[in-house]
Amino acid sequence: MIGLYENGRRPQVAIVDFGMGNLFSAKHACEHVGMQALITSDKSRILSADAVILPGVGAFGDAVQSLHKLDLVGPLKDVAASEKPVVGICLGLQLLMTESQEFGLHKGLGIVKGPVVRFENPCGPRGPLKVPHIGWNGIFRPGHLQNRREITTYTEDPWSGTPLHGLSDGTYMYFVHSFYAIPENPEVTLSTSKYGNLEFCSSLRYGNVFAFQFHPERSGPDGLRIYERIKVLLQSDGNLEEHENARRS
Amino acid sequence: MSVRIIPRLDIKGPNLVKGINFEGLRVLGKPEYFAKHYYENGADELIYIDAVASLYGRNSLNHIIERTAQEIFVPMVAGGGLRTLDDIREILRAGADKVAINTAAVRRPELISEAARTFGSSTIVVSIEAIRKSDGTYEQYTDYGRERTGLDAFEWAIRSVELGAGELLVTSINQEGTGKGFDLELTRRIAESVSVPVIASGGAGALNHVSDVVIQGKADGVGIASMFHYNCARHCQLNGDDFHEEGNIEFLRKGVQGPKLQDASIPQIKAHLRNCGLDCRLQ
Repeated sequence: MIGLYENGRRPQVAIVDFGMGNLFSAKHACEHVGMQALITSDKSRILSADAVILPGVGAFGDAVQSLHKLDLVGPLKDVAASEKPVVGICLGLQLLMTESQEFGLHKGLGIVKGPVVRFENPCGPRGPLKVPHIGWNGIFRPGHLQNRREITTYTEDPWSGTPLHGLSDGTYMYFVHSFYAIPENPEVTLSTSKYGNLEFCSSLRYGNVFAFQFHPERSGPDGLRIYERIKVLLQSDGNLEEHENARRS
Repeated sequence: MSVRIIPRLDIKGPNLVKGINFEGLRVLGKPEYFAKHYYENGADELIYIDAVASLYGRNSLNHIIERTAQEIFVPMVAGGGLRTLDDIREILRAGADKVAINTAAVRRPELISEAARTFGSSTIVVSIEAIRKSDGTYEQYTDYGRERTGLDAFEWAIRSVELGAGELLVTSINQEGTGKGFDLELTRRIAESVSVPVIASGGAGALNHVSDVVIQGKADGVGIASMFHYNCARHCQLNGDDFHEEGNIEFLRKGVQGPKLQDASIPQIKAHLRNCGLDCRLQ
C-alpha cells in the first residue's frame, strides 16, 4: 500500500480546543516530531485533519458541556467512527467513556463503554497515597502486573501497531488525575499502571481510537516517542507493521 | 509513587539567579541553557520562580517559558508576580503547565478558588514560603521573603488546599540556599496535614538531604537549585555564555564558588534514592 504522505506532506493534526488545558504542549510535541498541528474548535477543520487529538485538563462536566456548546460531540463521534486516528489525552480519555462520577453523574461521549471513577483511598507501602495522582508512573502491557505474562513470551505484542510500539514494560509516563476509566470490555485496555495497590487502565485502544490517561507530551523523550509513532501511523496509512516491513526491506 | 526531582530556577530579568535565604542574588547564567541541560539529564519537572516580579510587576518570565516550551517536554511550573486570572492564562499560553502563586493569594485568598475553578486544581500550586521563628512557630512570607504576613504557615497551607490548591511548593527561607538540608519538620507537618502532593524546597546540599526530606519529611517532590546550578554554571561559562548587565556577575568571572555543598547530577541523586528503596524515573 502506498502511504498518503510519501510526497513529503506533513500529517496534519487537529487539537480540539474546548477551552480547557494546556494545548500548547501537545502542539509543540506534534511539531517536534514533524507533524503540523492546529489548535481549533472548528468542525470542518477537525473533520478534514488526518488525525484528531482530544486533550483536556479540568472538570469532566464542564468539558462535556463545552463540547456540546461548540457542537463538537457529533463531529468527534463521526471521526471516531471513521478510520482516522483519534487520540484522547488525560481528560480526553475520560470524555470518550460512557459516564463519569466527577461532581455528580455526567454523560460522556460514549465512544468507549464504561464508567470513569475516582481513586478511593489509595494506599501504598508507605501509607495512604495522595489524590490527585500526580507524577511519574510506569505503564505495562495488560496482564504484566499480575505476572500472567513475561515480556519475552508475547506471541503478538499488544503494543505493536499502536503509538506505544517499541516501548518497554515499566516505561515512566507523567500522570495528573483523580479519576480513571474502567472499560467494560477488558480487551480495550492497552496498558495498565498501578497506583498503590490499585491497578487501573492507563491507556486504551478501540479501533482507531487511542487514549492515554497520562500526558505523552509531558513525559520526556519516551513520551515524544508516542507522538513519533502517531506520525508513523499516519504516514503508513494506519498500517504500522506494513510500514515497518517496507522500511526494513 | 515515584519521587520527582525538580530543578528550581529562580529568575531575575533574563537571568537565572541564586541567593542565600532569598537574598544576595547572584547571576548564574541564562535559564534556557540550564533548563535544557536539566531536561536532557532526567529532570522530572522544572520550577521557574521570578524573584523580583512581585516587586516590579514585570513579566520577563513569560518569554523564558515561551522559549523553553518548544524543546522541553516535562511539566513546567511558573511563579512570581502572578496577580490575576489573566496573568495565569497568559503564562499557561506561553507553555507553563502549572502556576505557583503566593503574594496575590495571601492578599486575596479567593484567587486560589477562582483559579482552581477556571484552570483545574491540578494547575494551581500554592507556594508556602516560611520563616521559622525563635519560638518554633513558622510564619508565611510573601514577595520572595521580603514581607511578613502574620499568617501561621501551617494554617495557611491547610486553608489554601481547602480553597483548591492542587499541590504545595513548600520553601524554608531559613534553609534556602544554605545547602544545610531541608527543614524536615516544616515539610512533614504540612505533608501530613494536606491531601495534595508537597514539593519541598530550600536547603538541598547533599545526597542524604534529598532522601531525608522524602523519607522523614514525606515530600512527594524535591526542588533543588544550588546543588545543580553552580556545577551547571561552570559548564555554562566554558561554553562562553554571555550575560546581561543586570545583577552581580563579578563572582562568575572570578570562578564560581557556591556555598559549601556536594555537587550532584540528577542521575546521581536518583541512583541514591533508588539505593534508599525509593522509586524514581530513570530514562
